[in-house]
Amino acid sequence: MSARVRAARPRLGVFKFASCDGCQLQLLNLEDELLALADRVEIAHFLEASSRVEPGPYDVALVEGSITTSRDVERIREVRDQSAFLIAIGACATAGGIQHLRNVADVEAWKSEIYPHPEWLDTLATSTPISDHIPVDHEIHGCPVNKREVLRVMLRALLGAGPDPPRASVCMECKRSGHVCVIVAGGQACMGPVTRAGCGALCPSLGRGCYACFGPYEGANGPALAGRLEGLGLPRRDLARRFRGITGSHPAFRSTAEGLEDGDG
Amino acid sequence: MPDASEPCWLERTRLQRLLDVLLERGFEVHGPVLRDGATLFAPVQRVAELAAGWRDEQTPGGYSLEPCGEARTFGVVSGPGALKPFVFAPHEPLLQVRMDGPGSSFEAEPVLPEGHKVAVLGARACDLAALAVQDRIFLRGRFPDPHYAVRRRALFTIGVSCTRSVSTCFCTSQGTGPEVTGGYDLALTELAEGFVVRFGSPEGEDLVGALGLPIASEEALRRERSDLDACAEGIERALDSGDLRDLLYANLGHPRWEEVGERCLGCGNCTMVCPTCFCHDQRDEPALDGAASLRVREWDSCFNPEHSQIHGINFRARVRDRYRQWLVHKLAGWVDQFDTSGCVGCGRCITWCPVGIDLTEEVDAIRRTEGAS
Ligand code: SF4
Ligand code: SF4
Ligand code: SF4
Ligand code: SF4
Repeated sequence: MSARVRAARPRLGVFKFASCDGCQLQLLNLEDELLALADRVEIAHFLEASSRVEPGPYDVALVEGSITTSRDVERIREVRDQSAFLIAIGACATAGGIQHLRNVADVEAWKSEIYPHPEWLDTLATSTPISDHIPVDHEIHGCPVNKREVLRVMLRALLGAGPDPPRASVCMECKRSGHVCVIVAGGQACMGPVTRAGCGALCPSLGRGCYACFGPYEGANGPALAGRLEGLGLPRRDLARRFRGITGSHPAFRSTAEGLEDGDG
Repeated sequence: MPDASEPCWLERTRLQRLLDVLLERGFEVHGPVLRDGATLFAPVQRVAELAAGWRDEQTPGGYSLEPCGEARTFGVVSGPGALKPFVFAPHEPLLQVRMDGPGSSFEAEPVLPEGHKVAVLGARACDLAALAVQDRIFLRGRFPDPHYAVRRRALFTIGVSCTRSVSTCFCTSQGTGPEVTGGYDLALTELAEGFVVRFGSPEGEDLVGALGLPIASEEALRRERSDLDACAEGIERALDSGDLRDLLYANLGHPRWEEVGERCLGCGNCTMVCPTCFCHDQRDEPALDGAASLRVREWDSCFNPEHSQIHGINFRARVRDRYRQWLVHKLAGWVDQFDTSGCVGCGRCITWCPVGIDLTEEVDAIRRTEGAS
């Protein structure tokens, strides 16, 4: 599979697995650009936008959502077989999403607590990212993804260029935008120092801490940040939840959360 | 018109007149305003918008404001923003690239900033020293940076000498402050009733003339001197710079790097707030029609793993390596490269490091246990 999309008018497919549709919605939110994009790509499969569905193959597939059922496991393989360049979009597709919390819970137990007929449910015990099941050509992180980044990656692919994703920390975006640090000046918890850039430091721009929607920054030093935030007076249990959040299945966050839970007597 | 050597006097009540004259002359005036628990330089029209009546406390990893109980306009020593963004933009277009059709040649046209006139009121001595360092990097080399040059030409600086410092300041070690002694258009020192004013450029001189300022009294100058001396004496943090370059080069294998690498988040805040750090990245942003793209540059950091990624290999793969790169480059490599230290002692990297890592402490630790490697 190559990053290059060579067809004159490449065919785009957008697919959904376990998710809230928010990432696909970001695509629809590209109000000013969507028509121009539709001139350059054939939108062959995008159920959230149109019920008209064209069969594959697809030059580019955007996949939203995590794998949570046995049917998902089969369907993602079908999508892979039909797609030349497959991009997983959003925290569900790249990290299992908030629903990955089931991975550390007893699924059988809560099934019977919540549903009158748990036997009608077809669900796996885990919520896993797309890359656990098939090879993925690129991942666009975020909860939701940044629509500008989705557009940028697609426009680059149309020119035959690789994605060149942002790899800085949220703090770097935060400072480039001239925001005042909420940890240093506000004594608030913020996950920015361990989180991958991409949102433009949205939460700090509104005076609150980052939730780590974009997953761990490369080499994230979870324990050092956790120690600092604990010093602000945050209980370890609450801190563990911050690391257990939307992208908490990533090893860097998971191990920090486990460390905090272990020490929480 | 007073002689250049003769400081003038501006009554506190006439500070608005200074702003008015700058605004009349077409400057966008930026001054320190309160924003989200700190001060930032922001456009102002009225003196009342400035962060008067407050003072800051700064510690490693901590910043807070409190009322200072007097009518000081510049009671807050500094915020996270220095002069850097005014000349070296955090994000800016460099080149517009166009292609006529598939396979055809392309044209690239520089996109220069407009260079609208900006006056910054309230730059500290360390900020002005950092601007001089950045001038050296961006303008004096073999390839002067045209974008920086446009913004720099349009910048008018009004420095304010420090009559108080915060715990993270160490300009006295770096010979950059607390008194504004160069690199300014106008320099102010704030006293209870007003400001001692000096000009440092023909534009500054012209402005002083337009304001029709009287000569400062001997009494005002005497008080100015004692306030400045008291401020300098009150600065306790120090960086022993004498043999720093050799010390760091000789200790590249010191275990302290490993230890600081455990504490450091690799977040890059220190480099973003540092008024001299100049690293940047360039990216191409394709246009919708597929026939054009914009090349933009933005602030990058040696703490960004991508910064040391070359042909699939990261030669500073660990945070330890990146912290060492930052400190050794800033305090030693710059001396070889630019004939100046990269540190002006402003203390921002200490205050705005979320975990309060203090470069003066790191250097001391290495000095104390030199040869431990
Ligand atoms: S507010 Fe958060 S993202 Fe911004 S600099 Fe502080 S820690 Fe980093
Ligand atoms: S380092 Fe010196 S010049 Fe800079 S703000 Fe502190 S006292 Fe003022
Ligand atoms: S290294 Fe730190 S103290 Fe020195 S100039 Fe940069 S931010 Fe200021
Ligand atoms: S020294 Fe502090 S501000 Fe700099 S990268 Fe490390 S943790 Fe971040």
